[in-house]
Amino acid sequence: MGRLTTTLCGIELDNPVIPASGTFGFGYEFTQWYDINILGTFSFKGTTKDPRFGNPTPRIAECPAGMINAVGLQNPGVDRVISEELPKLKEVFHKPVMANVSGFSVADYAETCARLDGEAQVGWLEVNISCPNVHGGGMSFGTDPKAAAEVTRAVKQVTSKPVIMKLSPNVTDITAIAKACEDAGADGISLINTLQGMRIDLRTRRPVLRNVMGGVSGPAVFPVALRMVYQTARAVSVPVVGMGGVSSAEDVLEMMMAGAAAVEVGAANLTDPMACKRIIEELPEAMDRYGIRELSELGGKN
Amino acid sequence: MKEQKLTVTENRALTESVYRMELAGEALEAQKPGQFVNIRLDGLFLRRPISVYDSAEGRLAIIYKAVGKGTRQMTGLKPGAELDVLTGLGNGYDLAKAGNRPLLLGGGVGVPPLYLLAKQLREQGRAVSVVLGFNTRAEVFGEKEFKALGCDVTVTTADGSYGKRGFVTDALPEEYSYFYTCGPEPMLRAVYRATKTSGQFSFEERMGCGFGACMGCSCKTITGYKRICREGPVLEKEEILWAD
Repeated sequence: MGRLTTTLCGIELDNPVIPASGTFGFGYEFTQWYDINILGTFSFKGTTKDPRFGNPTPRIAECPAGMINAVGLQNPGVDRVISEELPKLKEVFHKPVMANVSGFSVADYAETCARLDGEAQVGWLEVNISCPNVHGGGMSFGTDPKAAAEVTRAVKQVTSKPVIMKLSPNVTDITAIAKACEDAGADGISLINTLQGMRIDLRTRRPVLRNVMGGVSGPAVFPVALRMVYQTARAVSVPVVGMGGVSSAEDVLEMMMAGAAAVEVGAANLTDPMACKRIIEELPEAMDRYGIRELSELGGKN
Repeated sequence: MKEQKLTVTENRALTESVYRMELAGEALEAQKPGQFVNIRLDGLFLRRPISVYDSAEGRLAIIYKAVGKGTRQMTGLKPGAELDVLTGLGNGYDLAKAGNRPLLLGGGVGVPPLYLLAKQLREQGRAVSVVLGFNTRAEVFGEKEFKALGCDVTVTTADGSYGKRGFVTDALPEEYSYFYTCGPEPMLRAVYRATKTSGQFSFEERMGCGFGACMGCSCKTITGYKRICREGPVLEKEEILWAD
């Protein structure tokens, strides 16, 4: 047990830092920047039953202290994730990985999770019911407590791995959704996915993104994310994974003080490929500064 | 791919809106023609991807157009300024297919990545023809530099105010063994239709990371989905699928 050790749904993590889905591919792209085994774990690219190209480009826009994306869940589909990506990952990453799953129907979610349940390296299933960039799926399951519970129940039936439901901030009462997931058997809650937003190009007078709207991430959303993590951690008794604009060791500590058991880092990986390495290395010094001996003191449920 | 600190050694205007910036850094490796760098700028979240104009060990030159907030901010950087830069990004042009008489077609701010390519093709002793297209006389740059390499250079302007009137496709030479091109998409489409040989196209797209992580710049090709930042920005003519 080191100072940084934490536990997430019964699985020990060397540290609480987890690159968030969609910002870390299947891990492989980052092996040229650092040894990814230093991470607590990482959440791989959102995987769906069938392969997806995603939305037309432009899919990316700048915004103050952050970015907007409308990638739309580009991924090779669960079959190729299992046959190609996971064998490649095994070569470079020797810890349990978090499998991020999305879908367009309850049956989609269940089928994809059932396939990934058979993969030894998958430690947790993070079920994304909060993608703002796909139509007829994603976020529509995460904005209604009944639908969120239905997905949770269907996934729990097909897997023995811990199920973490990833929630959307684009709701009036985040705790209602979180509680519905917990009541339906969720082993953990992660939040927040991106906040819906848009930009207009002054020269063309048209939306920058071809999808018109996208999801805002980056430091701009950190206070919103922190508030929702705080509310959720007080409303449920399962572990909460905090994310949204985290880009420093201090942000990680703040998220854990709000009640997070572990912390995901998203957009920061895109502008600084070494972001997670830097954060992990800076954590002990930041803890010293604030008189924290061990992260386990910070009180997030594990 | 590397993340490194580079120092601005020069930053000057070539036209009203096009600038040339020289950067230096001890550990900087020579970049391949057609590759790009991704520059972090104070106060902006996303880096700005800019193609390499010229490069050798320890130094790098880029030519960029002040279009938006990021590139406008770059114009104010003075010699001595230190920048956080991701270098060695993208696949770059493949010189092996050039043949004896390669043709280089550049449009506007798509001209810069062709310079290092022309330089290396000339070093290999190939007869290089270059057609540079601009809207109007005031926007022309690079003619002298390509000529100094010993290339056969033609300049076109859409309004006829300098060189040959028309577009690059109005000035294609009779004979060429292969072509390389970079420019705005309407020009690339015209080049695709007007050329008789195989060739390579360099594309641009809004990027999140520039190194293959975010899937922000994906495109469809005949050989599958590709990331402009990683499997691109250079695609072969035969694999291109035009959107819409």
